Amino acid sequence: MKLQGNELQIQGLVACIDRDNIDTDQIIPTEYLKSIKKFGFEDYLFDGWRYLDDGRLGITKEERQINKDFILNISPYDQASILLTRDNFGCGSSREHAVWALRDFGIKTVIASSFGDIFYNNCFKNGVLPIKLSKKQIEELFLHSSDTANEIIVSLDAKKLTSGNIDYSFEVKDNLLERIIHGLDDVDITLQDKAIIKTFEDNRMKTKPWIYAND
Amino acid sequence: MPKTLYDKLWNEHHITALDSGESLLYIDRHYLHEVTSPQAFEGLAKKHLAPWRLNANIATPDHNVPTERGGAFNMESIEDEISKIQVIELDKNCNRFGIKQFDITSENQGIVHVIGPELGYTLPGMTIVCGDSHTSTHGAFGCLAMGIGTSEVEHVLATQSLKVSKLKNMHVRFDGNPQAGVTSKDIVLYLIGKIGTAGGNGHAIEFSGSYIDSISMEARMTICNMAIEAGAKVGLIAPDATTLNYVKEHSDLDPDLLKQAEAHWDTLKTDEKAVFDKEIIIDISSIKSQVTWGTSPEMVVDFDGYIPDPEHVPEDKKKNIQLAKQYMGIAKDEKLTDLKFDKVFIGSCTNSRIEDLREAASIVEGKQVADTIIEAIVVPGSGMVKLQAEAEGLDKIFKAAGFIWRDPGCSMCLGMNPDQLKPYERCASTSNRNFEGRQGNLGRTHLMSPMMAALTAINGTVSNPS
Repeated sequence: MKLQGNELQIQGLVACIDRDNIDTDQIIPTEYLKSIKKFGFEDYLFDGWRYLDDGRLGITKEERQINKDFILNISPYDQASILLTRDNFGCGSSREHAVWALRDFGIKTVIASSFGDIFYNNCFKNGVLPIKLSKKQIEELFLHSSDTANEIIVSLDAKKLTSGNIDYSFEVKDNLLERIIHGLDDVDITLQDKAIIKTFEDNRMKTKPWIYAND
Repeated sequence: MPKTLYDKLWNEHHITALDSGESLLYIDRHYLHEVTSPQAFEGLAKKHLAPWRLNANIATPDHNVPTERGGAFNMESIEDEISKIQVIELDKNCNRFGIKQFDITSENQGIVHVIGPELGYTLPGMTIVCGDSHTSTHGAFGCLAMGIGTSEVEHVLATQSLKVSKLKNMHVRFDGNPQAGVTSKDIVLYLIGKIGTAGGNGHAIEFSGSYIDSISMEARMTICNMAIEAGAKVGLIAPDATTLNYVKEHSDLDPDLLKQAEAHWDTLKTDEKAVFDKEIIIDISSIKSQVTWGTSPEMVVDFDGYIPDPEHVPEDKKKNIQLAKQYMGIAKDEKLTDLKFDKVFIGSCTNSRIEDLREAASIVEGKQVADTIIEAIVVPGSGMVKLQAEAEGLDKIFKAAGFIWRDPGCSMCLGMNPDQLKPYERCASTSNRNFEGRQGNLGRTHLMSPMMAALTAINGTVSNPS
C-alpha cells in the first residue's frame, strides 16, 4: 500500500500518558503474545491499565471490567490516533506485538522524547510513525493537550507537526519514513540483492569455515 | 583508523551499503522460539520462500513451556490450549522448513540464550539474532548479537541478512574486586541505576576492565544479557582465554578449524587508540548487593539503602517514583529490608546457569525456606544445566530446604506459562524485568542476584549476603 495526497498527513486526537519508560509489557502483556496471528490485538493494548480484571487471549473488551479512569477509555480519547508520552517509550522486550496492538487500536503516531531501539525499528515495519521531540517540546505539547481534547496534524513528507500555534519540525531518516509512505516489504527489496548476499556468503565460507561447521 | 570491537564485527559482516542509508549485515546464527516466530514463518510461506541457510537456524520452545513436566510429557500435554497451539506451531514450522529444533521432549531443550552457548552454537565473532531482546546475552562471546522484531525474523530467515543502521560505541569499564556476596548481577544492576534504562539507547556497549577479565562466561552472560535493560540492544565483551576455554568445552569444532578460528578471534578486540562515543569507568569495589524497589530496572538501590522519597527528588522524576511506589505497595519510610516477600524465583536467561544455581545452593544448604514464603522455585535454564546440577547434588540441597525443583524454561520471568504471581504477591526474582504485571497481573517483582534471592527465601526478607 502506498500513501498518497491527504494520507501523507496524519490528523487526529491526542491521548496523553504522562509516564517515562512505558515498556512493551505495558503496551501489550505477555498473555497476548500467545497469538500466532499478526492482527487482532486492539482490545489488548495497555491491557493492565485499561481494564480492572485479568484478561486472556480471545476475550474481547465487551467482556472485561473497564477502568473508566484510563485515558483510552474516556470519550473522545477512545478515538485517539496520536499518543503523546514522555521518555523511553517502548523499552524492554522486542515483541512486535506492541506495535501491532497500537496499529490495531488505530494509533498512527507516537510522540515521545525517546524510544526503545527495537520498538522504534519495529514501528516502521507496520506503518506506525514514532516521532522524537525534545523534552521541552514534549512538555509544551503536554500543556496543550492534557486538559482539553487537542488535535495534532503531522505532515509526513514535510516532517512537521502542528497543533494550534505550535509548529515543530522533527527528524526521521528518509528511508524509514519511505517505508511508511510506500508500505514497502523489506524481504522483497532485499531479495533484489540476492546475488550480492550469495557472493558475500561464498567468500565467508572460505575465509571463516568454522561458522559453517554444522552445515 | 583504530577500531572498536563493535566496528570490527560490523565491518566483517557488512554485505553492502544500501541506498536507504542503512547497511545489509550478514547473519551467522539465528535462534528461534515459539512466541515471535509463527507470523514470520507464515510470511515466508506466503512468499513461497525457504530459509536461506537452514543450518544457521536453531529453535527451541521456552517461553510457554510448563516447568512441571516429568518423563512422559510432550507438547500435547500442555494444559493451556493457547500455549499448546504456539508450541505445536513451532514444531510444525520446524518440520515443514527443516529447521533444527530441540523440542519440549529433548534433553537439550531450554531457554534459547542458555542452550545456544552451551551446545556450541554461539561462537566468538558471530552475528547472532533472535526475536527476543535478551539476545544481547551472546555478546559475552564477542558476538554482535541483538534482539529483533518478528518482521526481521522473517527477513533473516529469507535473506540471511538484516537491514540495520550502525550504532554508536559506548565503553563501560568495571575495575576492582567485588565485595563478598556481590555478583555480576549486582554490578550490572548498579550500572543501570547509574545510567538509566535509556542510558544505552542507540549504542552498543562494550564491557571491559579487570573485573570483567576475572569473571566466568556465565557471569559475563549475565552482564551482556542486562545490556538491553540499560537500553543497549548490543552488549559486548572481547573474547579471551576464558572465552576460548568455554568454547573448547562446549563446541565440537575439529582441531584444525578451531586453530584457524582462534587466530581470528585473537583479533576481536578494541584497538588501543579507538575512540568511543561515551566512556564510563566504574570502581566496583565499593558496590553493595543491589535490589530493585520499583517498576523499572533503573529503580535500584543498595539492599540496605533508602528507597527514594518522591518529596525529595527532581520534579520530572516525582510522578514516576510515586506511581512505582504505589504499584509496589511500598509505604513512605519503608526500606527494602522491611518488605516481606511471598515468592522466590531463581531462573531466567539472566541467572539460571550452573554457576547461578551453585551460588544459590551455597546459601540455602542446611537451611529452611521461611514459613512466610508461599513458594520458592528453582528453574534451571536448560536440560544440560539441570542434569549438571543434579549430578552435583544441588537439586537435593534445594529440595531439602523447601524449594521446588523444576524443568527448564523461561517460567516466572514473564509468566507465559503457569508460573505466575497472584495480584500483590511480592517476589524475589533473579530475572531481568520488574515491569508492572511482568510476572503476573499486579504482581510485585524485585530483581536481585541468585544469592540474594536464595537468602530472601531463607529469611523472608532481603538481607546481607556477605
